[in-house]
Amino acid sequence: MEKLLAPMAGNIWKIECKEGDSVNVDDVLIIMEAMKMEAEVYSPATGVIAKITVKEGQDVEEGQALLEIDS
Amino acid sequence: MGPDLLQSLKGVAEFSGFASVTWQMGVMWMLAFLFFYLAIAKKFEPLLLLPIAFGMMVANLPHTGLMEPGLGLLWRFYEYGIKSEVIPPLIFLGLGALTDFGPMLSQPRLIFLGAGAQVGVFLTFIGASLMGVNLQEAATIGIIGGADGPTTIFLAAKLAPHLLGTVAVAAYSYMALVPLIQPPIMRLMTTEDERKIRMKPGRKVHQLEKIIFPIAAGLILILLVPASAPLMAMFMLGNLFRESKVVERLKAASQNELMNIVTIFLGISVGATMSAENFLQPKVIFVFFLGLAAFSVSTASGIIIAKCMNLFSKDKINPLLGAAGVSAVPMAARVVHKVGAEADKRNYLLMYAMGPNIAGVLGTLIAAGVFVTLCK
Repeated sequence: MEKLLAPMAGNIWKIECKEGDSVNVDDVLIIMEAMKMEAEVYSPATGVIAKITVKEGQDVEEGQALLEIDS
Repeated sequence: MGPDLLQSLKGVAEFSGFASVTWQMGVMWMLAFLFFYLAIAKKFEPLLLLPIAFGMMVANLPHTGLMEPGLGLLWRFYEYGIKSEVIPPLIFLGLGALTDFGPMLSQPRLIFLGAGAQVGVFLTFIGASLMGVNLQEAATIGIIGGADGPTTIFLAAKLAPHLLGTVAVAAYSYMALVPLIQPPIMRLMTTEDERKIRMKPGRKVHQLEKIIFPIAAGLILILLVPASAPLMAMFMLGNLFRESKVVERLKAASQNELMNIVTIFLGISVGATMSAENFLQPKVIFVFFLGLAAFSVSTASGIIIAKCMNLFSKDKINPLLGAAGVSAVPMAARVVHKVGAEADKRNYLLMYAMGPNIAGVLGTLIAAGVFVTLCK
């Protein structure tokens, strides 16, 4: 199980995957927004999205878990 | 009948402005049209450029009396708004309400990068003085390096009002051009490995610290440079509105309605100072050139300071963060993030860059206070 952590403080702008999706390393899974700038968050592993723990529009802290991947 | 009609037509022709239009006015209109284009089609700082361009256009029409001392409408906006130092501090009230000092307080050592970027401001001041520009003008040109519009306008109104329109346009232009001017300097001054340095997360900032900061900074920084008080005091008051969380209405008014209202008066008054006789001078090109030099040196000096700090520090700083020491908030921080992500797409420098970026605003404010003290 691999956890994807928020790389910076900001807002979850778009979630580009859903639970059960197969993903590869470096796929864009989430797009965050901070200081009116979008930042893509990449998959840390190849596997299946087990659980998404944030919602679009939610504010997150740096290091907060965003989702879990079964790898 | 015939001669009378001719006479009155002639009167109308003299009464209207057409006969008194000069080619210099035409040049200024062209410049205003260019600014309209940049603001509307290119979205180039439209909130300021649009009113500036309009002020510029109407101030360069004959017989309007708009800038007539004591009488003209735009003269009054300028005199009571800018010359009397009302509008720039009110803008800072709004900026204070919008600013989160959290990223800066979370990594206090990055404050030095915001100070480092003032090197360009002072070097340009010294350079321009050596080139024979008087001290007041040299200071006004140097402050462009901070890329801070309201501070530049504040200082120009105090020290060199005839340069106000020029330096204001230069400062706002360079702010808008941050994504073009900074990256080549940043790539030149850093190695690929340096750009890949990832920052250690900062410490958590307690809400109480955020409340104490504007009060403490208001005391200490104003004691340090009393001449920075008009801008600094309003900046910190706005921030206290924000962080105290007990005056949401005042915070909202400062950052929205009040700031928007004074922005209108700021833009049109700045534009109105750009009369043909003030603007169509070789000196203007010189000011733009020196302003660009100031801004470039500020970018580079922030990076150099970061590299120097790395010589002594165990936790390395990504030297790109130094480029965020200029006070174009948050543009410079975004640029740092983008250049960092080019080297390593998993390097998220944005929020770290906000620290020096906000420290850069304070640095430019202090530099302006120092200039007022030195040159008044």
